[in-house]
Amino acid sequence: MESMNRTMVPEVTGTVSTDPSMRRSLQQLLKQWSVSSWQRATAWRRNRETRPARGGGMAAQSQGNPWYIAGFVLVVFLLSWHFFTLRSSFDQRGLTDEQLQMMEFNGDIVSGTDGTYVWNPEKEKVKGIPGPLAVLEKAREELSEAFVKKGTNDHGIAYLVLYTVSRFAGGFLAASVIAIMLGVILGLNKVLFRAANPFIQIMKPISPLAWMPLLLYTVKDPKWTAVLVVFMAAIWPTLATTAFGVSSLRKEYLHVAAIVQLSWFERLFKVILPGAAPTIVNGLRISFGSALVAVVPAEMLLGELGVGYLSWIEWNNLDIAGVIFAILVVGVVGVILDAGFNKLAGFVTYQE
Amino acid sequence: MSFLQIDHVTKYFPNPSGPGQVCIFRDATIKIEKGEFVTCIGHSGCGKSTLLNIIAGLETPTEGGVILNGREASGPGLDRMVVFQNFALMPWMTVFENIALAVRSAYPDWTNEQVAAHVHKYIALVGLKGAENKRPAALSGGMKQRVGLARAFSIEPKVLLLDEPFAQIDALTRGVIQEELIQMWNSSRNTVFMVTHDVDEAILLSDRILLMTNGPEARIAETVHVSIARPRSRETIIEHPHYYKIRNHIIHFLVRHAKHEPGDRATPESSPKGTPVVVNFDEETIVAR
Repeated sequence: MESMNRTMVPEVTGTVSTDPSMRRSLQQLLKQWSVSSWQRATAWRRNRETRPARGGGMAAQSQGNPWYIAGFVLVVFLLSWHFFTLRSSFDQRGLTDEQLQMMEFNGDIVSGTDGTYVWNPEKEKVKGIPGPLAVLEKAREELSEAFVKKGTNDHGIAYLVLYTVSRFAGGFLAASVIAIMLGVILGLNKVLFRAANPFIQIMKPISPLAWMPLLLYTVKDPKWTAVLVVFMAAIWPTLATTAFGVSSLRKEYLHVAAIVQLSWFERLFKVILPGAAPTIVNGLRISFGSALVAVVPAEMLLGELGVGYLSWIEWNNLDIAGVIFAILVVGVVGVILDAGFNKLAGFVTYQE
Repeated sequence: MSFLQIDHVTKYFPNPSGPGQVCIFRDATIKIEKGEFVTCIGHSGCGKSTLLNIIAGLETPTEGGVILNGREASGPGLDRMVVFQNFALMPWMTVFENIALAVRSAYPDWTNEQVAAHVHKYIALVGLKGAENKRPAALSGGMKQRVGLARAFSIEPKVLLLDEPFAQIDALTRGVIQEELIQMWNSSRNTVFMVTHDVDEAILLSDRILLMTNGPEARIAETVHVSIARPRSRETIIEHPHYYKIRNHIIHFLVRHAKHEPGDRATPESSPKGTPVVVNFDEETIVAR
């Protein structure tokens, strides 16, 4: 690791932007990181040599701030992205006036105010992959009008996120409630569980998108079809794990509930659901992931406004920076939803 | 008529390795008086835990039944509370909530304050003051079983069923909790039916000890009266002249006579109809061994 680091330091710092203060701080950061990683590596090697049987070396190896490493990787990635997508500015030397006029006529170049020519920025957008600065510019532009509705199909990014999140939440919550209810019933009744299991096993691997034509034909409304696709994506994992969690609930808990004569309702909400909660949450987490994956293509295919739709519409506009921005928005929305979900999950899990 | 009567209970289980059914134990008849502490000892697999579950109503007997206070007891109920081997505390509830769950059910018309006061009384009784808001995962095995005992005693059941309650507790703590159990039982005098592997524990706690032969087709072969006056303590009980007589008798039984071939009775000379032999060192009705 540190050898790679050493070869990289001069190269990277030599090409960093022209801002001297930023370069200095970046250099410091890299130097600090490379030195500490060197120390870590040697310390680890020493530990391993002197104490081969103990696991102490592992602790020494895993010291350090992961944020430095993540930041370093990000910087390297952005810089390489920037330089790989960089195009030299238009050079008109060696070209005749006729050639220039032809290029201008074709729209490859435009003449600036001072009579010199530059590449046509509109055409540049679809030449190769846009660099990070272009994406940043696009993001700035989109975020500055996040709450603007320009037309029926051109809503600000905040609205698109809201549509996607509400669509996702609707489908996911409905699926979760139904899956948990059915799962509890199946989990408590072994015969029913066995009877239903083949159906669940068949339904589970079907891609939720495969349902879409049928759903669209049945409900005849793309809005509800998108919600139902999310629903189909979210129901099976939760159903299967809830049934499993309830059926593998320790018998003694149910025995205690039976001895102290809890009512059906109390038994469900005080014993069965809390007891199976950790397993149920695991199922919900799987459902959550597959629902999040399903919502983007559902929006694309159905043309429903949302972040998935944004990605597709930017592709139709041949705005690749917009596509990349849309991808990043999907990622950010996913991370935020996931963090919220984990917070919620923390409340219901317990230690045996 | 005895207070608690287990009447000709036979239990079959489906055969795990083939067709048909396996008889776990046959024709178990036990009569327990009010306030009596009866223990059942036997090797693993003789069905003693199943017997306890049948009394608790958690399992149904294939034949026979359980009569409590002149009425047939079928199905679980608050009058027969179990203390489980693995504690069976809800891990998502605190100590207080675990006990309160039982107390609220036993006294449905109590106010929250009454329930809380009652729960705190029993938490204090088992010496867990300060641990009310801990969850079972934060407690040691001994503390967990103290909660289990507090929960069982708090609903003041007619019959207390102890299913190897101290098997998962380390030996030193076990002794301490056994004496705590004696003290609690002294003030409540519930009728107790206990199942255990531990001979010393059985002698320390019980009035009578039932010895079961090995399964399948296990049966209750002997009733040993613990002819040692109460109050007992771990320190003094071993000095009683009957202590080692009883202990040796039980261990001899468990080592030699618990084994039996099909059709062969463990103590054929004295139990022609399958009624258990009564062993009482006070009355010198000792079987020659």
